[in-house]
Amino acid sequence: MSTFLGIPKVLSKITGAPATKAEPGVRGTHHQWVNGDPIPENTLRWGASFPEGAEVTLKNTQMRKNLGYATTTIRNKRNARVEEMPDWQDLRNAASQIKSSTMSRLPELLVQMEENVKAHGGIVHWARDAKEANEIIYSILQEKQVTEVVKVKSMVTQEINMNEYLAERGIDAFETDLAELIVQLGKDMPSHIVVPAIHRNRAEIKEIFEREMEDAPEHLEADPRALAMAARAHLRAKFLKAKVAISGSNMMVADTGALSVYESEGNGRMCLTLPETLISVVGIEKMVPSYEDIEVFSQLLPRSATGERMNPYTSFWTGVTPGDGPQEFHLILLDNGRSKTLANAVGREALNCIRCGACMNVCPVYEHVGGHAYNSVYPGPIGAILTPQLLDGRDHHDPVHTLPYASTLCGACGDACPVKIDIPGILVHLRHEITERNRGGIPSGWDIGMKVSSKVMGNGKLWGTAEKAAKLGRIVAGKDERISNVPWPVSAWTRNKDIPAPPARSFRDWLADEEKAGHEPTKAKATPAKPAGAHAAKKEEN
Amino acid sequence: MGAREDILAAVRGALKDSPYPTPEVERNYRMEGTDAPGSEPVIADMIEKLEDYNAVVVRTNEAGIEDVIADFLKGLNSVVVPHGLKDSWKEAAGRDGRTVREDSREANLTHKELDETDAVVTASRVAISLSGTIILDGEPDQGRRAITLVPDTHVVVLRASDVYPTVPQAVRILSENPTRPTTWIAGPSATADIELVRVAGVHGPRNLRVVIVD
Ligand code: SF4
Repeated sequence: MSTFLGIPKVLSKITGAPATKAEPGVRGTHHQWVNGDPIPENTLRWGASFPEGAEVTLKNTQMRKNLGYATTTIRNKRNARVEEMPDWQDLRNAASQIKSSTMSRLPELLVQMEENVKAHGGIVHWARDAKEANEIIYSILQEKQVTEVVKVKSMVTQEINMNEYLAERGIDAFETDLAELIVQLGKDMPSHIVVPAIHRNRAEIKEIFEREMEDAPEHLEADPRALAMAARAHLRAKFLKAKVAISGSNMMVADTGALSVYESEGNGRMCLTLPETLISVVGIEKMVPSYEDIEVFSQLLPRSATGERMNPYTSFWTGVTPGDGPQEFHLILLDNGRSKTLANAVGREALNCIRCGACMNVCPVYEHVGGHAYNSVYPGPIGAILTPQLLDGRDHHDPVHTLPYASTLCGACGDACPVKIDIPGILVHLRHEITERNRGGIPSGWDIGMKVSSKVMGNGKLWGTAEKAAKLGRIVAGKDERISNVPWPVSAWTRNKDIPAPPARSFRDWLADEEKAGHEPTKAKATPAKPAGAHAAKKEEN
Repeated sequence: MGAREDILAAVRGALKDSPYPTPEVERNYRMEGTDAPGSEPVIADMIEKLEDYNAVVVRTNEAGIEDVIADFLKGLNSVVVPHGLKDSWKEAAGRDGRTVREDSREANLTHKELDETDAVVTASRVAISLSGTIILDGEPDQGRRAITLVPDTHVVVLRASDVYPTVPQAVRILSENPTRPTTWIAGPSATADIELVRVAGVHGPRNLRVVIVD
């Protein structure tokens, strides 16, 4: 039986479905989207299953090299910036509580947001799904009679595949974030939510610019500065003449109606400030109740995302300001599977995500397979819990059902997450749901395995025992703390790479000792013993 | 049913079937720093953070502001100033024969005019030493957002007494006018999108020059 990450491929035979049945919205002939294919119609589910995607990306050694370098750098920077903050855990706690209370009051906050934006001269639209959002955008652009728009990097416009929708109707949407520009010119797909071109190195970028940028300077050097300046010159003219800009938003503030964009290059400010009309598409979950809540996220987001104390530019605006900036503002509030996700009592925590990317930067699976393997615009640990929920993809027919298995459950993602989303817990919960949803027929080895493991994971005492057993892994691992020879099903994973040995102490042991010693768990940084996730993350840096 | 009602009904339904816990938000994080706003350690910290972002900082007293502004603009030919900027600062901006263009919400310079202007001089609203952030909220001495964006050099005047140690302290002040268009600036424009190498200056001003006034 062929397996990958412990997901037996034969499962689909049992359920009678082909392993890589073309899903609606999946074009192209490859098992996985590869550079050069047409951009898929559905960017939440753009190719085959995760195991198949990973099989393709693991062969791309250049990409793995680029990615390994980048994630290591970003992790080190982030750790240094987090260490500076003695109140980091307090900020995380507050962020998590703010998001929970936002979700519990979401209907009233959405209405409050709508009222405040309208009161300041903005126009509010609601969109149930991607198609509806794109139709609204297109009708505004038609009314403005434009064939070009500039846009700020935004995950939600990727999610609804706006660029493709508009291109088919004769409108060019120009990406203005350097990384998104690289991806767009390279006819590529983003592979990270914060650093979309993380899988590309300078030589590849030079080549893309020379090939695709009509006004690229002659004799362009493969040097980050030279490349950035070429992008500056290329985009300046577009900024100055654009009539309409499109953005997302990092956060909406219900009690004042403010929206925000956190960015670095100033391309965001250009789009938010110079055109006559601004359209912002925002997921309904991107809300905080009150203006003071921005003080929490303004501290957590930049340090978690890029390891900076503060990103160079942050913009806040409410509706329209006479004489300053766009004089017409449209806010599109998008559902696209979010209300469905909210109904899942465990998995809905994924909606608290502020898209910082920290979870993917610490994920050993992401580091090795890269963002494209996830076959969705949301890669890494957050993608593994968000995508199947947004799409309601629990069936074995649906390639996204494999995403919750794209994890070693090492816990690093949950430890890194600034809003304390229990990503490992949700992964396990979704695996359980997938197993339950696909009952019937002859139970496979996988079904039985999942039943046992969900029992263990659902029971604190048993899980503790299992963790102790996992420590045996350290003996198997030997001196270099790598496990390379293990039996099925882990062998499917280790054939391609070594897995780090489990940490010497489990997080639960650590916490118990801390509590016994009367320490606040938040003082963890001062004590030599680190929680399991931190240990695992550190080891990956070696 | 329209999309609005559909979405609100779906969200209400999701919450009704399994209510979300509503925890009290515990704001145990630092609200204030140990040092007073504008005190020596706070200013020293602010300067360190700004220099880390490659901004150029000069500290002066009230009487020295004009000279520092003029110094920062040396070699540049044109400068935009917001209508409400102090007259003596406008005069300093125009020294050495520099062209001074005034901009206001009522009389906007065009994008092209801004693009052809070398620099901009503005005041600021508040700053945060913890993160080296300077915040503008569009008062008449700070001007429209576009003027601090398109010219390549931004000279910003910051009063020491407006430099606060923490983010919550600054947000308190901004929350007095929470619907104003607000720009937080932490260093000149920068990108790290190519191999995570930080390159200063992509689309915003490539030079940030800060006058700190004691
Ligand atoms: S899940 Fe957490 S760590 Fe991952 S992107 Fe979202 S907020 Fe960041």
